[in-house]
Amino acid sequence: MFLARTHLGELLSALRDRGYRLIGPRERDGAIVYDELSGAGDLPRGLRQSCGAGEVRLERTGSPRCFAWANGPQALKPLLFQPAEPLWQATCDDSGRLRFEAVEPRVTPTAVLGVRACDLAALALLDRHFLDGAVRDPHYAARRAALLLIAVNCTHPAATCFCAATGDGPEARQGFDLRLDELDDGYLVASGSAAGEAILADLPLEAATDARRQNAREAVAAAAAQQTRTIPPGDLYDALSRQRRHPRWEAVAERCLACGNCTQVCPTCFCSREQEQPALDGSTSQHLREWDSCFSEGHSYIHGLVIRQSVAHRYRQWLTHKLGGWHRQYGRSGCVGCGRCIAWCPVGIDLTEEVHAVLGDAPDA
Amino acid sequence: MTARPRIAVHKFSSCDGCQLAFLNAGEDLLTLDRLVDMVHFAEAGPVDEAAQVDIAFVEGSISTQADAERIRRVRERSGFLVTLGACATAGGLQALRNLADGAGWLAGVYAQPEYIDSLATATPIREHVRVDFELWGCPVNARQVLATVRALLFGVRPVADHQKVCMECKRRQAVCVLVTGRRPCLGPVTSSGCGALCPRFGRDCYGCFGPSESPNTDALGRRFEGLGLTPESIARRFLFINSHAEAFAEAGHKWMGKHDEKA
Ligand code: SF4
Ligand code: SF4
Repeated sequence: MFLARTHLGELLSALRDRGYRLIGPRERDGAIVYDELSGAGDLPRGLRQSCGAGEVRLERTGSPRCFAWANGPQALKPLLFQPAEPLWQATCDDSGRLRFEAVEPRVTPTAVLGVRACDLAALALLDRHFLDGAVRDPHYAARRAALLLIAVNCTHPAATCFCAATGDGPEARQGFDLRLDELDDGYLVASGSAAGEAILADLPLEAATDARRQNAREAVAAAAAQQTRTIPPGDLYDALSRQRRHPRWEAVAERCLACGNCTQVCPTCFCSREQEQPALDGSTSQHLREWDSCFSEGHSYIHGLVIRQSVAHRYRQWLTHKLGGWHRQYGRSGCVGCGRCIAWCPVGIDLTEEVHAVLGDAPDA
Repeated sequence: MTARPRIAVHKFSSCDGCQLAFLNAGEDLLTLDRLVDMVHFAEAGPVDEAAQVDIAFVEGSISTQADAERIRRVRERSGFLVTLGACATAGGLQALRNLADGAGWLAGVYAQPEYIDSLATATPIREHVRVDFELWGCPVNARQVLATVRALLFGVRPVADHQKVCMECKRRQAVCVLVTGRRPCLGPVTSSGCGALCPRFGRDCYGCFGPSESPNTDALGRRFEGLGLTPESIARRFLFINSHAEAFAEAGHKWMGKHDEKA
C-alpha cells in the first residue's frame, strides 16, 4: 500500500490516538537522535549524514525525504535497557531491620518511528539476552512489551555501514509492526503484526503501483551495493584466539582511549555495573544499575584485582567477545554492521580494519 | 568515627566556590546539621580553626609560608582529611604560575611587590601532608561531598569513581562534541562526576575533574593535533585547572617540549 507524503502526519496522529508516546529521529546538536516527536515537522527532513571513522557531519540537501540517512548514535537500546535506573530500594526501619523493595519500572506505551534493519537485528539479540536467559529482566521485559516498531528500509547507508556484510540489512525483514519504504512522494507501507495491521486501517492508503514497488526494491539493493566495509563471516572465536599475541592488539591499544564510546553506542552491548546510592540520613538506599563497558577498569575487577589491566587486553576482549563469544552465547555474532562504533570512536578506530588486520586477511592487503 | 562526628571546613588559596557545595545542598543541609557537628566553617558561620575534628575538608592550595605551616596543624588535628576541589587536589588555576615567571608577574601587577608574601609556587595539599581522600572538580558538587560524609558515617571508605566523562556523557545521551564538532574534548581522559555538564551544552570538556582511570593522553593529544591544534595549545589543554595532576602534568610538559623544539 502507498501513503502519500502529505498524509505522513496522519500516521503519527493514528499512533498518538492509540495512546502511544511517539519517539523518532530528529536533529539535535549536529546529530540525528531518537527523541519525542510532536509531529511530522520534527523529522529530519532534507538532512543527510556523512560518517567517517571518528567523524559525523550533517548536510542539508533540500530533498523532501525524512529518512535519507543511516543511523544516529542511539536508537532502541536506551529505550529498553536504560542508561541508569534504580532496580531496588533498601529501607532501614527504626529497629535497624532492612526491607528490600523492587523499584517497578515506569512504562509508557511507546511507538518508535524510523527503526532500521540493524536496530531490529540488535533488538532480537537484546531480547535473547534480557528475556530468554535464566533470569528474565523485568525492567527490560515491561518496556519491550509496550513497544511498537515502525521500521524504515535503509536507502542511504553511511560510509561506516556494513549491514549487508553481516546479513542484517539494509532491508528490514522481521520484528517490525509496520515497515515503510521512503520514496520522494510518499511511503510504501507494509504491516508485520496484528497491531500494525490495525493501524493501517486508519490511514488514507492507495494501492502501491508496480513502478513504486520496483523503485523501492532498487533503492534498497543500491544501498547494499554501496557498502564497502566487510567483516569475516562466522564464529571468529577460535581464529581470534589463535591470534592472542598478534602485535596488532598492542598497536590498537596505543590509539585506543579506553573511553568506552564504542560499547555505549553499540546497539547490542549490554554490560552494566551496579551501585548503592544511600540517602544522606542513611535510612534508605537506591540500588542503581547503569551502563558500563568492558573498556572500564571496574569491568574486570574481582577481589582486589583488575584482570584486564592493559587496554590491549580490553580491546581484544571486546572484539573476541563481539565476533566470537556471542556465537556461543546467543547463536550469532554480536555485530549487526551498524558502524556506530566506527563513527563515534573519538579516534576513529575501525573494528572491520582491526579484525582483518589481526586475521591477516585484509581485503586490500 | 564518633556517633556525631565533628567536621571542619578549612580554606587555603582558593575562590571559596567548593565550600558552596555544602551551602547549596538544600534540604540535605538540614539533615547534615542533625548528623554532624560543624565546628569550623567560616563561610557558613562557626569559627574554631584549632578544633580537633573527625573529618576535615580542605579547600585551596598552599601558596604562602603561613599556609604551609597551617596545613600541618590542620593535619595534626584531623582524623580523616579530604581535599575539596581542584585547588586542594591538583593545584588549581593559581598553580599555573608554577609554569611561568611568578616573580615577574608580581612585579608587573603590583606597584610594591615586596608587600606580597607568597611562596614561589602554589601546590596541592598532598605535596605538604598526607591526604586520606580527594574530591576532584572545579568546583565540587553537593553530591560528592554528601556521599563522602555518608560513607564516613557508615564507617566505610568513600568510593573513588574515576570512570571517564565519556561514559557519563553517553548515559545522558549527549552528542559527542569531538566527533560532530571536531572540538578538543578532554572527556576521554577526564574523571566523571560532573554529569558531563560541558558536552551537554555543546562545549568540550576542559578536564576540571582531573585525570580518569587509564588516561591515554598520548593518543588524545595526537587526535587534537589531527584536529589542527598546535603543540602549545595541546599543552595548555592539559596544563589548566589540574596542572599538578600527574597524568595531565606529564602530557602537558611533553607537548610543551614539542612546542619549544619548534620554537
Ligand atoms: S575503540 Fe574507540 S570508542 Fe572504543 S574504547 Fe577505544 S577509543 Fe574509545
Ligand atoms: S560492533 Fe560496532 S558495527 Fe557492530 S553492532 Fe556494535 S556498534 Fe554496530
